Amino acid sequence: MKEEKRSTSGRTMLGGLFFIAGLIVALIVGWVVFPKVLYSQKTQPMNFSHAAHEDSACEDCHYFLPDGSYSGTPGIENCRQCHEEPMTDSEQERILVEEYIQKDREIPWLVYGWQPDNVYFSHAPHQAAELECVQCHRDVTADEEKLPILYENRWTGYSKSTMKMVECEKCHAERGASNACQTCHK
Amino acid sequence: MSDNGHTQSGVLYGMAIDLDKCTGCMACSVACQAENNISFRPDESNKLRSITWMEVYYLDNGAEHPDYRFSYLPRPCMHCNAPHHSPCTFVCPVNATVRDEATGIVGHIYPRCIGCRYCMVACPYHARDFNWWDPAWPEPMEQMLSPKVSTRMRGVVEKCSFCSHRLNAARSKAYLDGLEMSEVTYTPACVEACPSQAIAFGNLLDEHSEVARLAKSERAFRLLSKLNTEPKVYYLSRHPWLHNLANASL
Repeated sequence: MKEEKRSTSGRTMLGGLFFIAGLIVALIVGWVVFPKVLYSQKTQPMNFSHAAHEDSACEDCHYFLPDGSYSGTPGIENCRQCHEEPMTDSEQERILVEEYIQKDREIPWLVYGWQPDNVYFSHAPHQAAELECVQCHRDVTADEEKLPILYENRWTGYSKSTMKMVECEKCHAERGASNACQTCHK
Repeated sequence: MSDNGHTQSGVLYGMAIDLDKCTGCMACSVACQAENNISFRPDESNKLRSITWMEVYYLDNGAEHPDYRFSYLPRPCMHCNAPHHSPCTFVCPVNATVRDEATGIVGHIYPRCIGCRYCMVACPYHARDFNWWDPAWPEPMEQMLSPKVSTRMRGVVEKCSFCSHRLNAARSKAYLDGLEMSEVTYTPACVEACPSQAIAFGNLLDEHSEVARLAKSERAFRLLSKLNTEPKVYYLSRHPWLHNLANASL
């Protein structure tokens, strides 16, 4: 009788061990392996150092157009104003001048927060509401030498840092901004 | 909320179409088609299958010559202002179509639409169309689509948006210029295209706006006003037969 009981508890122990081992494996797969597999890492076509451009103001490249829209990702016309000819021995600057400016090609920058086609976003009302740039964008003033890697979701094609609708809605609700559909959808 | 179920706001966009000025040229319809990336079929003859946001109807008084009279009637979405709900927003099971009480615009969000077509049945004006196929354009036209309006996919309903993307653009400029949002005016594509300037658009609550003045005109009437859908699109005509036809039995 006693022996039988011991053997049952031994089996329970063994089962518990298997359960815990399985749980740990599942957690590693779910928290470490799957996210690594899900996101592919993409690098920009060339590097841009915000730190090297500290002598210019943000508005030299990131500015509003008179019609209220935003300039968006800076084009090579912005770069050309200073980099018609190389100013330094930098390899990245050589690429910029020879591959893009002299050939009149736009740099195919990857956008970290690319939104789906049915989303309308305008910077103007957000600036009017006195939001800081870093509330949505990464802080590039902190001596950023190298552009970060873009994590692209293999499944959906979206960047990992693309803002989700729930974040937009939450901030709009908190600040009393309109959450009507066509405010953000087109 | 006020007594009639609307949130108080200083803006209520509406339209007034003068049928006495309309020549039936269909420039409004074409401009709408181009502005809003509306696709078309190789054969557009079956109007139950084709998509038109701004339909132009040909109406007559049914009399024999010499009493025969006819008129054209451009018909966008009426953006019904009935208390609490428009007919379409009332029946939508997934909140894909919702009226924005701050502007009066009835919007429709395509990715949320499940294609049940209740709204098409509910709409007394046939202002809604269903995408039976994925949109397609002949070879060079796909390059000419407007990035300001997203294209729809197969299986969703679409309709006139009062060019709300133009409102968003106008508001962006107003924010930069430091204007009040209630002062913002904009012009939908159909209004811009009309060569006889038969269509007026603006804020119905602004007493000085042209559309508010026209809406109070003696010539003004609305389609099926007996249904109490309170359309925000007003028509103007000096012909009594048109007034009667607008409220004839369905």
